[in-house]
Amino acid sequence: MSSHVHKDYHGAKLGMWLFLFTEVLLFGGLFVLYSVFLSKYPQEFHDAGKDLNVIIGTLNTVVLLVSSYFIALAISFIQRGDKQKAILFTWLTMAMALFFLVNKFFEWKAKFGHGIYPTSPHLAELPHGENIFFGLYYVMTGLHGIHVIIGMTVMGFMIHFLKKDAIRQDDFVKLENAGLYWHIVDLVWIFLFPLFYLVL
Amino acid sequence: MNNNTTALPSFFEDSGSDRKGILSWLLTTDHKRIGLMYLYMVLGMFIVGVCLGLLIRLELIAPGKDIMEAQTYNAVFTLHGVIMIFIVVIPSIPAAIGNLVLPIQLGAEDVAFPRLNLFSWWLYLIGTVLALFSLFTGGGAPDTGWTFYVPFSEFTTTNVNVAVLAVFILGFSSILTGINFITTIHRLRAPGITWTKMPLFAWSLYATGWIQVLATPVLGITVLLIFVERVLGVGLFDPNKGGDPILYQHLFWIYSHPAVYIMILPAMGVVSEIIPVFARKSIFGYKAIAVSSLMIAFAGSLVWAHHMFTSGMSDTAVLIFSLLTFIVAIPSAIKVFNWVATLYKGSIIIEPPLVYALGFIFLFSIGGLTGLVLGSAGTDVHVHDTYFVVSHFHYVIFGGTGFGLFAALHFWLPKFYGRMYNKRVANWAFGILFVGFNTLYLPLFVIGLEGMPRRYYDYLPQYQTGHLISTIGSWILAVGLLIMFVNLYRGITRGKKIGRNPWGGATLEWQVPSPPPLLNFDKEPDTSGKPYSYKGVERDE
Repeated sequence: MSSHVHKDYHGAKLGMWLFLFTEVLLFGGLFVLYSVFLSKYPQEFHDAGKDLNVIIGTLNTVVLLVSSYFIALAISFIQRGDKQKAILFTWLTMAMALFFLVNKFFEWKAKFGHGIYPTSPHLAELPHGENIFFGLYYVMTGLHGIHVIIGMTVMGFMIHFLKKDAIRQDDFVKLENAGLYWHIVDLVWIFLFPLFYLVL
Repeated sequence: MNNNTTALPSFFEDSGSDRKGILSWLLTTDHKRIGLMYLYMVLGMFIVGVCLGLLIRLELIAPGKDIMEAQTYNAVFTLHGVIMIFIVVIPSIPAAIGNLVLPIQLGAEDVAFPRLNLFSWWLYLIGTVLALFSLFTGGGAPDTGWTFYVPFSEFTTTNVNVAVLAVFILGFSSILTGINFITTIHRLRAPGITWTKMPLFAWSLYATGWIQVLATPVLGITVLLIFVERVLGVGLFDPNKGGDPILYQHLFWIYSHPAVYIMILPAMGVVSEIIPVFARKSIFGYKAIAVSSLMIAFAGSLVWAHHMFTSGMSDTAVLIFSLLTFIVAIPSAIKVFNWVATLYKGSIIIEPPLVYALGFIFLFSIGGLTGLVLGSAGTDVHVHDTYFVVSHFHYVIFGGTGFGLFAALHFWLPKFYGRMYNKRVANWAFGILFVGFNTLYLPLFVIGLEGMPRRYYDYLPQYQTGHLISTIGSWILAVGLLIMFVNLYRGITRGKKIGRNPWGGATLEWQVPSPPPLLNFDKEPDTSGKPYSYKGVERDE
């Protein structure tokens, strides 16, 4: 297969950006649903939004922003040839992602404890709009959570590549693309956070 | 293979790795091998889809039950749709023919991401296997139609879960192919292949790639939501829980309308390649054809709600979507006029690829013009969900993309196998196909206008003549397909060996040996000529 190997930094970045477009559109479908239902049920969304825990939401926003900073640092370090620090900050990015998921777990668990989950009897008694709000809440944060898990897996591979010198000072596009992916996960949350926790 | 000056082994002999036998194909990163693997699967599943279609036609030969129960019928037309749309037509020209031809036309050794290309194929394989798996497991084969409309798809007990997962995976495969081709076209054009010297097939794949990248994720989220609704019962599309089924239709068509341009644009690219070669005349309006591909991709992304005129939306929305639909007809017509203008005063050589391409133009024109009947809101109310739609759709997708694929096979298969099929038989097969096709689908326009609803198992006696003629047409069509495929198969296995340029084409794939070597080029490609300038181009049969 060696005959096929060619390195194209710009090509790899272009491909990654195209993939990011697809991520935006994947979530875009859900954002469309959100906006239609918000205009249909403004009062119910307002009431239901009050049940979400703004403190945990804010904490998770900070966690993700810091993790994006960490992966950016990891890229900067490998560009300067500091392999150990690059590995360290990729690990830290992964740790922050895990921290985010743990928070999310407790947040969801509390909601379940209050009887708020799809098809729950409690939710069936609430107005339709609140059911939709929590439905969207679970679907959108759930899909985002899956992306966080995928991101952690990607970081795991990056650490492996860094250790094996498959990502080096002169060939770091893999890590850069992983960072781009992580930023889009972050960016989706930056939109989810105000829509569910703040504007209502 | 035969009269080459160099002794480079062809890509059949040299896999580029140490692997032998089947593994050297299943794990290959060579775009030609991947293209052929796509092609084999597409054609295999096409035959399955054709058989299902023949069963549908046979059941409809007379009113009442003929050969199957109503529930079986529902499953059969669903499968026919799912297989033909997601497994055959979407990957047919872009993934199969595109993989074979695109890199060579650009003067590249492979696509931009060869391993991703293999991954796309594996996803396609997994999606196909899952789709077949859904037939035999769970509560029976899906019976929703290929559109998976809610609320029925949320509550039917048949195996919709696995089917929508298959569609999700197939969509992912299509996205990755799109990303790969766009990047390839941006990054791997050989020096001299500028944007305005790029072959029109590559232009059409470029426009297609953007639709694949931008529209398919919406399908992904839509079918994922069906899965979520079936498993968790969130209720986003369920009116009993505050949801709205119309939103499903919007999301579905935001992908599925652009998807028909994923299907048709590459076929238009094929025709744009074939017409000038056999007219021995430079393509008329190169830039207009190239830009019209992008215009179709752009405008086609904004017309989805014309599938929903009777579903309930404001009059303003109906007017806007109707107008936008008419606008798509403009770039499509630009292409047709340019093809015809290319033929005008050309030195036309009648060969099988040209014959199939002309068939495309005729059938696609009928399909396109009847599309305007459906796109104008008034007439659509009358013919919505009738056989008029079924016939329109088959004229565009079978008459268009299908015949485009057949034209591509007759044009390029000799290149990749180094052997020529029997041209006389190929022309006869076309004649039978063409007669069968029109016998099959023309009567459906008529009974559609008379009110025969689509997807119905039974019908009133007044529609029987139309259905009977149509079913007879399906048999003629099947005979034509059989002759064509047998002839192609005999051609690639036992046909006369050919040289580099059997048709006298001027694009780069005709400069390489037939079949091409592993990295396509045995010498630096000469990119000094224009792609459709035939001065000094010799046929090498």
